[in-house]
Amino acid sequence: MTAPTPLVELRNVSKVYPATVKGAPDVTAIDDVSISIDAGDVYGIIGYSGAGKSTLVRLVNVLERSTAGEILIDGRDVAQLPERELRPVRLGIGMIFQQFNLLNSRTVARNVAYPLEVAGREKADRTTRVAEMLDFVGLADKAGAYPDQLSGGQKQRVGIARALASSPALLLADEATSALDPETTHEVLELLKRVNREFGVTIIVITHEMDVIQTLATKVAVMDQGRIIERGDVFDVFSNPQQAASARFVSTVVKGLPSRPELEVLRARHTGRIVTLAFRSDTVDQTQVFGELSRDGIAFQVVYGGINEIQGRPFGHLTLALTGDDVTIDAALDRVRALTTVTEVR
Amino acid sequence: MDSLINLLPEFWKATGETLYIVGLTLLLGGFGGLVVGLGLYLTRAGSILANRPVFGVLNVLVNTIRPIPFIIFLAAVQPLTRAVVGTGIGNNAMIFTIALAAMFAMARIVEQNLLTVTPGVIEAARSVGAGPVRIIFTVLLPEALGPLILGYTFIFVALVDMSAVAGYVGGGGLGAFALLYGWRQFDPVVTWAAVLLIIIFVQVVQFLGNRLARKALRR
Repeated sequence: MTAPTPLVELRNVSKVYPATVKGAPDVTAIDDVSISIDAGDVYGIIGYSGAGKSTLVRLVNVLERSTAGEILIDGRDVAQLPERELRPVRLGIGMIFQQFNLLNSRTVARNVAYPLEVAGREKADRTTRVAEMLDFVGLADKAGAYPDQLSGGQKQRVGIARALASSPALLLADEATSALDPETTHEVLELLKRVNREFGVTIIVITHEMDVIQTLATKVAVMDQGRIIERGDVFDVFSNPQQAASARFVSTVVKGLPSRPELEVLRARHTGRIVTLAFRSDTVDQTQVFGELSRDGIAFQVVYGGINEIQGRPFGHLTLALTGDDVTIDAALDRVRALTTVTEVR
Repeated sequence: MDSLINLLPEFWKATGETLYIVGLTLLLGGFGGLVVGLGLYLTRAGSILANRPVFGVLNVLVNTIRPIPFIIFLAAVQPLTRAVVGTGIGNNAMIFTIALAAMFAMARIVEQNLLTVTPGVIEAARSVGAGPVRIIFTVLLPEALGPLILGYTFIFVALVDMSAVAGYVGGGGLGAFALLYGWRQFDPVVTWAAVLLIIIFVQVVQFLGNRLARKALRR
């Protein structure tokens, strides 16, 4: 039996913008990215702003043209399709935006109906589908309201209803919760989760927020300077990033890792050596780690730390200040290294 | 005052002519302006039909014609007017010239109003498969409707202003009336009667324009 075709597959895709000033180098927004997303996945793409996440997601529905590579949607390369032939493809790909992008001149119901009009669906058919979608997002009572009468969270729910009206198999979410407060973010994420579970819609989420990945994503790719530098299971990437740049990004969103300035404060406060230990519930036995440290009479004090949970699996980091003679500490740290990742802070 | 009463038939005739000139030029120039304005908007860099040469030509055309004072423009395009309308004088020649000038003035206003539409909304429409024509009619024009109405109200006042010059090329209207029976006859009552009526026109149209725009903006 052969593996099923991935729903979305990017093969060696690049996007280069020609230099705006003569003589200046061209700008490479996306640099040789290959990625494969299976039907049913919730695939997170994370990274700092400017990493190329938003451009990458726009290559998938060809709102932006790639300059090299193949973009396969359900096995069909859409990268070079003329604009006219792209329209039916786009009807099969919903998209939601950070700024919601609703039509202010239309009511909520007519916003949701918009893709159905584009698809040429009958009026009666549209009305039924709009009612269904508004019901799903919990805004049946707002059908006649205009977008400027809604809160941010409600606007995004309309955005979701609109994106899903034409029953797409894929949903692109570009920083969909970045303009919302934490509580509303949570509601919208729960809704997206239902979209994935109840309708089986594959979702690509672009985000720089930990919450989004934590509650939603099953797989994740880390982008930096137009490239995907690391990818995999969300838990693995977050609990044990392999690349320096992903570690840097992870440390900004994960609880329990001291930031640079915080480290300096710790440094000033503690004269001994400072180390950060990573704990993953399923692989590291904390008792054993602390046993190794205390065996030779090293005094240690927890100075920073925190536990995160991804997909029900906890992982965390503890930063310790150690006092004792260097040789003993080195020996003890070597034994701990065999158990978990140790980062010494200097 | 007596002279005004005696002139009443001419006064109403002139009023009718002004309405005729302004109405027709608003229709022709307004439509032309909408087309050219859309052209400017759609072909500019980064827009949905980005086309540098077309944008360049339209842009230069608008920038060249707009700053020419109307009375000079009127004289300058007379050969073209003759070629198109068949005559260089009278109301119809006037309508052609005003519509032409208004078209380019309106084009810039339309372009600027369309630029207030958030690019993200257009992107959202593209993302569900909408093509350029659909985007123009379902996104651009409805989303910019409020400011567009105000833009047309603004151009209406300019049209009344331009139509007043019609008298110079043998056209009619309130401008010619005021010039002929008021100014030349040293009769300020007649002049002011024309001025008052023009003010009333402008007030009424501005009021209607504001109301319509408010309705479009739902404020």
